[in-house]
Amino acid sequence: MNLVLIAEQTLNGLQFGILLFLLAAGLTLVFGIMDLVNLAHGSFYMMGAFLFATFYTLTGSFFLGIALGIPATLAVGVVTEVLALRPLYARNHLDQVLATFGLILFFNQLVQVIWPLDGMSVPMPAYLDGAVRIGFGIEYPVYRIMIIGSGLAVAAGLYFLVQRTRLGMVIRAGASNRTMVGALGVDIKLLFTLVFGLGAVLAGFAGMLMTPILSATSGMGEQILILAFVVIVIGGIGSIRGAFIAAIITGLIDTLGRSFLDVLLLAVLPANAAEAAGPALSSMLIYILMVAVLFFRPQGLFPPKVR
Amino acid sequence: MIMKRFLGLLPAFALAALPTAAMAEPIKIGFVTTLTTGAAVIGKDQQNAVELALDHMGRKMGGRDVIIVYGDDEFNPQKGKQKTEKLVKRDNVDIVAGYIWSHVLLASKATVLDAGKILISANAGPSPLAGKSCHKNFFNISWQNDQTPMALGEVLNRKGVKSLYIMAPNYAAGKNMVAGVERTFKGEIVGKDMTKWPTQIDWAAEMTKAKAAKPDAVFTFYPGKHGPAFIKQYQQAGLTGKIPLYTVYTIDSIGLPRMQKAGLKGVLGTFMTQFWAPDMDNAQNHRFVADFKQRHGRYPSFYAAQAYDSMFFIKAAVDEVKGNIADTDGMRAALEKADFPSIRGAFTMGKNHFPVQNFYLREVVTDADGNWTTALREAVLTNHVDPYAKDCKM
Repeated sequence: MNLVLIAEQTLNGLQFGILLFLLAAGLTLVFGIMDLVNLAHGSFYMMGAFLFATFYTLTGSFFLGIALGIPATLAVGVVTEVLALRPLYARNHLDQVLATFGLILFFNQLVQVIWPLDGMSVPMPAYLDGAVRIGFGIEYPVYRIMIIGSGLAVAAGLYFLVQRTRLGMVIRAGASNRTMVGALGVDIKLLFTLVFGLGAVLAGFAGMLMTPILSATSGMGEQILILAFVVIVIGGIGSIRGAFIAAIITGLIDTLGRSFLDVLLLAVLPANAAEAAGPALSSMLIYILMVAVLFFRPQGLFPPKVR
Repeated sequence: MIMKRFLGLLPAFALAALPTAAMAEPIKIGFVTTLTTGAAVIGKDQQNAVELALDHMGRKMGGRDVIIVYGDDEFNPQKGKQKTEKLVKRDNVDIVAGYIWSHVLLASKATVLDAGKILISANAGPSPLAGKSCHKNFFNISWQNDQTPMALGEVLNRKGVKSLYIMAPNYAAGKNMVAGVERTFKGEIVGKDMTKWPTQIDWAAEMTKAKAAKPDAVFTFYPGKHGPAFIKQYQQAGLTGKIPLYTVYTIDSIGLPRMQKAGLKGVLGTFMTQFWAPDMDNAQNHRFVADFKQRHGRYPSFYAAQAYDSMFFIKAAVDEVKGNIADTDGMRAALEKADFPSIRGAFTMGKNHFPVQNFYLREVVTDADGNWTTALREAVLTNHVDPYAKDCKM
């Protein structure tokens, strides 16, 4: 165990955390402002990945793939909101869970109908491939550095949007007290559509970033969606700052746990017990953290101020 | 008077006619595989191979027509068990075959075996079914999970690998694969990561650990869509070319065309072990591979090869009992003989109803048409009996 390894794993955890943030930000906005439990959020992650893969394959350019994929994902999000989700705002959470679960199944089958059965793979663009030395003997893949950079840029953009613009002010007000915002004359329908579209784009962007690493496949959204929900519970529903901090913490705990827990366990347990317990325990760590937060601070670490 | 006697004999004639009437009915084979979810490509490959096999045999076994009923396990043990129940209880199939995934097979086997029907696995080979829980009506036509990695352990020894880093998914088959390598590999295992299955698909943390451990080689097992993703990330982590990669069931003819399109040159020259390769030299295999390529535009995977074999395996037994598939004892005796033309060449069926066969080294190469495929190298284990056979009390 040396410092270089710890540093590289920290970067891995940071990258995973940034990815979680991109998903959690949209999810927390939708849940906080629209009070909508959207299980199909992972489906926008998947649609973003497939649309990006298609445009990338058609144009041969990574950046064009993203530039075209983002408005396409926005379109998918807006159409979904208008057609499928508008009737759900008045309903209780269980109805929303059932309906959006149905959307998951719909999207999973849709991608297998439109695209090849085993998904879409894209090559890594040559200028983003390989690893780079970033000092102190640490060698880290260029692409993952790009993910960290993009995610931080998006976080900064979101901060600016939410704290410094009129739209952001309305969004924050909506997270605090939705009814009041409606009573003050803001067009709630339009606000909801905008917020939902923003969430879909963020999720889709995360999917696009991960496609060169993972490939776009049916059902790829479910795996990460559960973690996104855990993140917004830990961070506080409706709070983007909470989502950011919770996502980074979650990413770091998950990655560092996977990396070093088995070594730590070997110090106290015999070899085969440590081998069996390591992976089981490391996948539980995040949920243990969520339970702890729910126990000591149920509203989350950084909840929005509710009046 | 004579009329009365004649009428009295009518029921006897009717009864005598019944078996022949039953024999004229088609045989129903239930085939459980994965036809939806991201793993559907594997199930489709098996389905294509089954249809090809049935076409090759004129859709008849023992003089009777064959109807095949597919069940989709949705890559899920509960769903697999439900579909198996439907095949056995509602569709009333005569025999059940298929099962890609070890955990699905283990969940579903009781449904078939408790109903007194024969169950044939065309892929999954979990250790309990080879050893302590072996059953007279269960047959495996592929391999036992531990055998292929045991052959790989031998390969590692022959290639002088002294330290190994292992990455595998944390479920029944993953544990078997790791156990297999550990049985035969004589060097030191410097690290082992059993990752969450099937949810974990990003191995950044594990590959960083592997890089830091500086092993002579990395061994991995990631079936289905995880395989190409792993190879991609291995290349992106800068490990391709630095630390040789040895795999089992990770790189196959389904994933290779996609890897070729994505330009993952790092996969060329990697080694794996298997009981079969598309270029194996026997008449049955040549016909299978050629017709499969013509129909579906690419080489068949080992999943397909095993599914193809399962149909001919059943056919040989049905032919032997002259179409009377209801004669379970007769079917069992015939299946134990395993006297049919297999795509792997000649082999025998072991006492625990798992094949006793050879395992070969395979290398990823480019064929004469420029397509990436796997080619057979030398035999590593010959007439190999799986390590759990001795625990089977049959």
